[in-house]
Amino acid sequence: MIAIINYGVGNLKSVKKALEFVGAEVKVTAKASEIKQAKAIILPGVGAFRVAMRNLDELKIIPLLKEEIKKGKLFLGICLGLQLLLTQSHEDGLCAGLDIVKGQVKRFNFSDDLHLKIPHMGWNTIKIKNKKEDILKGIPDNSYFYFVHSYYIEVEDKKQIMSVTDYGGEFCSAIGKDNVYGMQFHPEKSGDLGLKILDNFYKLSER
Amino acid sequence: MLTKRIIPCLDVKDGRVVKGTRFVNLKDAGDPVQIASFYGSQGADEIIFLDITASFQKRKTMLEVVEKTAECTFIPLTVGGGIRNVEDIKNLLNSGADKVSLNTAAVENPSLVQIGAEKFGRQCMVVAIDVKKQNIQPEKWEVFTYGGRKATGIDVFEWIKKVEQLGAGEILLTSMDADGTTEGYDLELTRRISEMINIPIIASGGAGTLEHISDVLTRGKADAALAASIFHYNKYSIRELKEYLAKKGIAVRLS
Repeated sequence: MIAIINYGVGNLKSVKKALEFVGAEVKVTAKASEIKQAKAIILPGVGAFRVAMRNLDELKIIPLLKEEIKKGKLFLGICLGLQLLLTQSHEDGLCAGLDIVKGQVKRFNFSDDLHLKIPHMGWNTIKIKNKKEDILKGIPDNSYFYFVHSYYIEVEDKKQIMSVTDYGGEFCSAIGKDNVYGMQFHPEKSGDLGLKILDNFYKLSER
Repeated sequence: MLTKRIIPCLDVKDGRVVKGTRFVNLKDAGDPVQIASFYGSQGADEIIFLDITASFQKRKTMLEVVEKTAECTFIPLTVGGGIRNVEDIKNLLNSGADKVSLNTAAVENPSLVQIGAEKFGRQCMVVAIDVKKQNIQPEKWEVFTYGGRKATGIDVFEWIKKVEQLGAGEILLTSMDADGTTEGYDLELTRRISEMINIPIIASGGAGTLEHISDVLTRGKADAALAASIFHYNKYSIRELKEYLAKKGIAVRLS
């Protein structure tokens, strides 16, 4: 069973349905017992960083999530769920994150002459930097994925970068660090290739 | 590079697609779930359902349609039509919609946009605006509600600025003058609004040819183009359109 963490931010339904579509058994939960039992954990989420951290804190599951990750449990953060993994965010002042991946979450800041809108919303390509990761198995370089975000991550250890995406310059669109993965785009909303990534994740969890 | 989005829109009444469906290879050409899935497989970048169900009692049908669509179509889904309050928004998102589109409700109760953005995130709040040019000097583009039946006296440029501040994540702009003409989008209006705001704009109304869509994405500076009849009547497929746009040098997702 894969646990999708239910912490009151955004739409968890589409992640659940996409995983079920590839054959996974899924539980949307914030219960400690179920999170412990799960073979893998997904932290989804859209919305504000500070609210999300506060909700996780109120649910008292932050130490548990860190513990499970430390024990080697497969973990995937999607969009805001990826950003929460980092050391801190510059959203709405400074706010501490889970600090599982060293780095910062920053707002897009473009010069006017670029005419780029925020949020970065729509389909964009990923340039794969680390082809060894099984989670990207079967994903051709420069494939399109669906993005919607105003903040992006900067990781300290560049070896953790799995892919980059260009929007007024390159930003990190996916990371991999041991058993922890994070994606800025939404695999659950990215058609067949998105489903392929979730299928890869599911298969990794069954290993 | 971020691509321009092509978004087919389906009008749904009592759970059935009402206008223009001539898909020979679908078992049930009036089933929104099947049509959405078909468009998804053709390369649509998102899908919009517009609920035009008249009776309040039958609105639950739309939630079932959304739920079933979310089980088999894995691209963003926006639902608009008849949304009046936070509960309506919540129900649609919980059923599997990714965004909701507010039109009349946003005009009559602007705080709904703000509350929705705070509660569910800006990215899921689309504000749809129906606009008609008034033949007066100085020229004015006026916002209409109730499916274009009610004039509000509101100037579109002022309204756009306000909804952006309130927390709209995206604007769906329909030119009532161009809508249904198949003579092309209102390029001037679309461009002026796109240059004015920092959130994406979806242009709607008037698409009759592939060139119209290309024009609104370039000269009209729209981030996305919505079309209905051009796809429904099988005049052009989404794939044909995208190949045409790609040849013209417009960034689109072809896979």
